[in-house]
Amino acid sequence: MSQLVNMKLAGTSLGIDVKAVQDVVRLGSITPVPRAADWIAGMMNLRGHIVTAINMRARMNLPPADPDARQMCVVVNLGPEAYSLIVDSVGEVISVTEDQREPEPATLDSHWRSVSRGVVRLPTQLLIEIDIEHLIRGKFNEAA
Amino acid sequence: MDDLLPDFLVETAENLQQVDNEIVRFEREPSDVEVLANIFRMVHTVKGSCGFIGLPRLEQLAHAAETLLGKLRDGTLKANPAIVTETLAAIDAIRIITAALAETGKEPETDNAELINRLEALARGETVDGAPAEAPTAAASNDMASQSIRVSVSLLEELMTSVSELVLTRNQLMQEHKQAGHDEMDPPLQRLSAQIYRLQDSVMRTRMQPISGAWNVLPRIVRQLGIDLDKSIDLVMEGGETELDRQMLEMIKDPLTHMVRNSGDHGIETRTARLAAGKPPAGTIHLSAAQEGGHITIDLSDDGCGLNLPKLKEKAVEHGVLTSAQADEASDMQLARLIFMPGMSTAKEVTQISGRGVGMDIVRANIEKIGGTIEVDTKMGEGTRFRIRIPLTLAIMPALIIGVGPEKARAHFAIPQIAVAELVRTDADSEHRVETVAGARVIRLRGRLLPLIDLGHTLGMPGGATDHVLIIRGAGNEYGVLVDEVFDTEELVVKPVSHPLAGLSLYAGNAILGDGQVIMILDANGLAEELGSETQREADALANMDQESKAPLPIAKDAILIFKAGGRPHPRAVPLALVSRIEEIPADAIEWSGKHAVVQLRDELVPVVCLNGRYTPIESGKQAALIFADHGEIIALAVDEVVDIIEANVALELCSDDPERLGTAVVAGKATELIDVAHLFTVDMPKRGASTRRDGAATGARVLVIDDSPFFRNMLTPLLSAAGYQVKAAASVDDALSLRAAGETFDLILSDIEMPGKSGLDFARNIRSGGSWSDLPLVALSSLSDEQDMEAGLQAGFDRYVAKFDRKRLLELLEESVKLDEEAAA
Repeated sequence: MSQLVNMKLAGTSLGIDVKAVQDVVRLGSITPVPRAADWIAGMMNLRGHIVTAINMRARMNLPPADPDARQMCVVVNLGPEAYSLIVDSVGEVISVTEDQREPEPATLDSHWRSVSRGVVRLPTQLLIEIDIEHLIRGKFNEAA
Repeated sequence: MDDLLPDFLVETAENLQQVDNEIVRFEREPSDVEVLANIFRMVHTVKGSCGFIGLPRLEQLAHAAETLLGKLRDGTLKANPAIVTETLAAIDAIRIITAALAETGKEPETDNAELINRLEALARGETVDGAPAEAPTAAASNDMASQSIRVSVSLLEELMTSVSELVLTRNQLMQEHKQAGHDEMDPPLQRLSAQIYRLQDSVMRTRMQPISGAWNVLPRIVRQLGIDLDKSIDLVMEGGETELDRQMLEMIKDPLTHMVRNSGDHGIETRTARLAAGKPPAGTIHLSAAQEGGHITIDLSDDGCGLNLPKLKEKAVEHGVLTSAQADEASDMQLARLIFMPGMSTAKEVTQISGRGVGMDIVRANIEKIGGTIEVDTKMGEGTRFRIRIPLTLAIMPALIIGVGPEKARAHFAIPQIAVAELVRTDADSEHRVETVAGARVIRLRGRLLPLIDLGHTLGMPGGATDHVLIIRGAGNEYGVLVDEVFDTEELVVKPVSHPLAGLSLYAGNAILGDGQVIMILDANGLAEELGSETQREADALANMDQESKAPLPIAKDAILIFKAGGRPHPRAVPLALVSRIEEIPADAIEWSGKHAVVQLRDELVPVVCLNGRYTPIESGKQAALIFADHGEIIALAVDEVVDIIEANVALELCSDDPERLGTAVVAGKATELIDVAHLFTVDMPKRGASTRRDGAATGARVLVIDDSPFFRNMLTPLLSAAGYQVKAAASVDDALSLRAAGETFDLILSDIEMPGKSGLDFARNIRSGGSWSDLPLVALSSLSDEQDMEAGLQAGFDRYVAKFDRKRLLELLEESVKLDEEAAA
């Protein structure tokens, strides 16, 4: 059994292993980084630590969020670095049993597939579990 | 009485703090009179005050300690470990009591009787055994232990991080304080600030190690080198005690070792070679380090053979790093710097010692990685000197905060202060004007042109005022950065950028500002890459010009006519020798022949041309025009204004993108475009029609031009090309001879006479003496044209002689010579 933080991005449910999640904060001031990939929203100061903010909508090729939307940041650790994933909203921590896990459906968009660890069947919805390493390094490696 | 207590506590705290500083010395030298006096005074003061305020416990303790210290002071007793221990214990006890007093306002109930007994016993000259159990051993090893302790590096790193954060918090606090304007907070905040600064300094010093740590392997390496290579090499090291951050020490170790090996291997000659060169048989490698401000300067010099500049030059041309023309114009300094380029190792063979693929390019890269610079200076036969400058530490970096972008959405960036050589403001009236040369923006700074980067544009946020320019000077780069606003400098705690940004060379790192915002730190070297290949060439050209002003290089001194044309504000120039005359044509004298303007001048119908497009006639008054005559053809170039005629050294940089101009030069301290007169003649004119290219075009003859002056090479090449010749230019006799060796053939050779090194006469004698060019027509091209010179030229083997500026005669001669040659061949 594992625990996932449940979050929403443009109507899709995403899950991230709770062990990787350091913090959940409201989207605050971000310093943009010109010339960086479009999905790098910029840098933010999280209690004295510099965290790279990832625009999850841009990362997943989704349309930008409504400028008035109050987006949330899920701060995750990847190695020594911390990243802040900007999502539409953050829900509860859910417990997932092995038999709830399913292979990725063949119809899953290749973008999602490239960052997915698998799909979890919840009573009312399907949830894509995000592989943080692929999310952050994967795209970078593709680009390189 | 209670009113006195706070004063007493403050005073005692201050005294204790002073004594703290003395204690370490007291432990080391318990009989030092001065230290003793200080401690005695403190204890004495405490005792006196206690009696007055009524603190009996403290008074007893202080009295006992005073008695003991008094006996030490007047020499009745000699200090021993037990006395030191007990004195320290007494000071500690005083501290504990005053701390409790500060907290509760009362003396604590602690019992100091035992300590007092021991102090009194010692004062009586007795030995005490009731002393703390660990005291004797502790005291015995005190000498060493008190001077240095072992602390793990990770703890130091942790300390450094904490201090870094503290610095940030201080900055934030100061900023908010500035805004809030509570004056009463000024003094404590300033004290806090000063203390943090001191703390930062101390913590930084804990990370410092003497540079000799990176050096101590060198004597052995040099000794082994001497044995392996059968050379005598002395290594002299100075300033080994200079301290720098251990992180920097690690980073500098390998480059330095490599460079010392290089000096021994390639620099120092063998004993025989040294004796032959009149040097002492043993070579010396001199290594020194010194701190200068926030930097460490490391000098490494040898008295060996110096860098092989001709070889470097050859190699640079071979690798396409420089064109042969650039190479010829390069100063020794510029050539020496080539060793920092990849693939430029000139060692004849790869030796076991240093030729292992780790070149000076890697050394330079490593040094730049830690924010340092490296320079080289060399003299053939006398030796080579490298100068490395590196910052003391990487952790905290003073940086300039700048703003870019439109006023309402201005973004802030930081740039390391070390990279910024100066700050200038530009506007139309100021002496530092931004000018545009071939679409690239440059800034004129004290007569020199520097390439410019528009930071807003580079970062995709244009639209600001852009009237500030940062002049960046770093490893081989010098350029300006246009920014919209310049703020304060701040001390930044630099953090590396995260993984997805690591590929962006634009950023050196990021940091948190005093206001809590994250700021991106620009990388001066990364920015230089933004100059782009096209602009980079221009920058190189400009850098060359810069060099030329320092070192005498082949440059032409000419009378230059400066004018303005086409409604453009920036000046244009043309060599006066090419201008037949200057005319003022009445507006009504200009007629139209179809779409073309013409003017009747001395019974000739002369086309009126202008720069950048078709001529627009003036309404009234007189049209200033420069009259050019070329091989029987005459044209009038309409100009707005003839500004000046000056004698100037023109360092022309050829550009190829615009046919109307030869290139750019600094004339009288201004970026000036030199127009290409030959091009004006190629513009399709009604009167001239198809006859324009009749001469050379018919023959397509190949002409070799040899001239050391880049100005003339650049001038003659388009001129002759326009006349239909295929032109190749060589900058020296040697270059020309290497063309011959490469099997190139020509129909005619045009050579300058006065050249550094081999002269034109040498050249003529050489080719006439045999080889594939021995029968070629050879035309001398010289500014010297008295009869004696001509005679010498003809004797050396030249067929014809023409004065440099006599273009008409030159073209005639060329035509005749080629024809003659053809006839001879037929």
